[in-house]
Amino acid sequence: MEKQTTLSAKQRLIRSSSKNPGETRGKILVSLCALIIIIATLSITLFLAIKGLQSFIVNGLNPLEFLFSSEWNPTSSDPQYGALPFILGSLAVTLLSALIAGPLGIGCAIFMTEISTSIGKKVLQPVIELLVGIPSVVYGFIGLTVLVPFIRNTFSGSATGFSLLTGTIVLSVMILPTVTTIATDAMSSLPNSLREGSLALGATRWQTIKKVLIPAALPSLMTAIVLGMARAFGEALAVQMVIGNVRDLPGSLLDPSATLTTIITLNMGYTTYGSVDNNTLWSMGLILLIISFIFILIIRYLSARRKI
Amino acid sequence: MNSKVADRIATGVFIAIATIIVLVLIGLFSFILFRGVPQISWDFITTTSSTVREGGGIRDQLFNSFYILFITMLITVPLGVLGGVYMAEYAKPGKITNFIRSCIELLASLPSIVVGMFGLLIFVNSTGWGYTIIGGALALTIFNIPVMVRVSEDAIRSVPNVQKEASLALGINHWHTIKTVILPSAFPGILTGAILASGRVFGEAAALLFTAGLSTPRLDYMNWNPFSTTSPLNIFRPAETLSVHIWAVNTNGIMPDVEAIADGSSAILVLSVLFFNLTARFVGSAVHRKITASK
Repeated sequence: MEKQTTLSAKQRLIRSSSKNPGETRGKILVSLCALIIIIATLSITLFLAIKGLQSFIVNGLNPLEFLFSSEWNPTSSDPQYGALPFILGSLAVTLLSALIAGPLGIGCAIFMTEISTSIGKKVLQPVIELLVGIPSVVYGFIGLTVLVPFIRNTFSGSATGFSLLTGTIVLSVMILPTVTTIATDAMSSLPNSLREGSLALGATRWQTIKKVLIPAALPSLMTAIVLGMARAFGEALAVQMVIGNVRDLPGSLLDPSATLTTIITLNMGYTTYGSVDNNTLWSMGLILLIISFIFILIIRYLSARRKI
Repeated sequence: MNSKVADRIATGVFIAIATIIVLVLIGLFSFILFRGVPQISWDFITTTSSTVREGGGIRDQLFNSFYILFITMLITVPLGVLGGVYMAEYAKPGKITNFIRSCIELLASLPSIVVGMFGLLIFVNSTGWGYTIIGGALALTIFNIPVMVRVSEDAIRSVPNVQKEASLALGINHWHTIKTVILPSAFPGILTGAILASGRVFGEAAALLFTAGLSTPRLDYMNWNPFSTTSPLNIFRPAETLSVHIWAVNTNGIMPDVEAIADGSSAILVLSVLFFNLTARFVGSAVHRKITASK
């Protein structure tokens, strides 16, 4: 104590900055956490890429045949591994559910921000939050117990009720909250001057929405849909429960189908680790990984075009 | 068409869309609760599940769900908060920060089944552990960490800058400021985020399918030794969680009361997630009121 008070103010300042208790340790600690995140990402990419390429390198499958052949017969004497039906199935459910959930979600966002903000805040906001909270297996379970029998009984074209359509509907409901939340953020971040300017020119509310607000928010609204698609594309269990999981190309919406995720889910447990059958599943996992990279690139592109 | 009429039609369409969404939610919830709640009984949540016979419960699955959630949050919260501190306080704009941001973005958009496959490759096969609770928790950590980092970063950034500047002006160094000034004020935000993330982790199934497995060994709840194979606390045992159980009984369950079990389990799952969401709202604002002067 005595010593400290005898130091001049200048010396004390120098001392305290040189002591710096914990600063270095803290910096190392947080940098370490950042490093762990980087390592996790890199190792996921690396390990899944290595494992996913094994079916082509070790087992000698033709990558083009894997991607573009629709013959999937792993158990026959001359096994064929064409994953096209599953790739197309994934793309189909993703695009179709975006077609349903996109307009609904954006419409709901417009209702919440432009038509009735009070109902939007008091009713729709909690509704959307509750929808986000429902786990995907529960969506799948409800699809299985309600939607599958409904489709079986309503449409004569569907023998079992397990179909592309069922999967699409389940996914649409699942991604609806994602789309709505992001679209609502996009709409409410538009400056009020846009609305006022348009209304002052005598435009009706619908004209304002259509001609001013939607074009201004378009990149963000597209981002909302793409994020929804990314979620739909990666969803496994909910789709697996309702889509039927057949290896043929679906001829219509009412035919059963399969997606990359559902085939991985189904077969991973039944194939021996390291076998050709098993390695092709890892290749499908690699495709999933690559497509989620692509989704990120699309989102980057869209956010760079954001006007406001 | 008259523009006024068009305006009215459009308004009608938007109202219809909003109504549809509310009806969908009401439909989903009433379906789950009306069918599920009658199945929930003390017996249901305290007996073990049976693979063939009627009357199986979900005791082990429920315990496994909470235990895996607990272990996951034990790993994720410190990592996520420190990652958030790094992003909000230490990261300098530049290539490295951008790269870390891309990494977080990629982790956030990974399909959960891909996370599960990575877990299978590393935590199950490479380590030779087989299906374990710790493997499942680590996979869920990967799934959860981007959320935790983002939540913490937002919470830290929303702390008023004057507080930080006041502390630094008193000669307190950066790390000490973070520890004693910034993190306490960001705490309510981080807590709310962590509870919401718990709800997400609790319902996750695809990432656990290949990492924590589809079975649970016979457990003895009186055995508290975490290294014993029959102890529920053992982190090196396989564990089927509630959401995985719902999937499993629906896809390949052969017991006669599959529907009843699935109904009851779904109701419990949804109620738990609901509970997490409500707690997050309540606790966040309560803690905020308690530690700050604001009303």
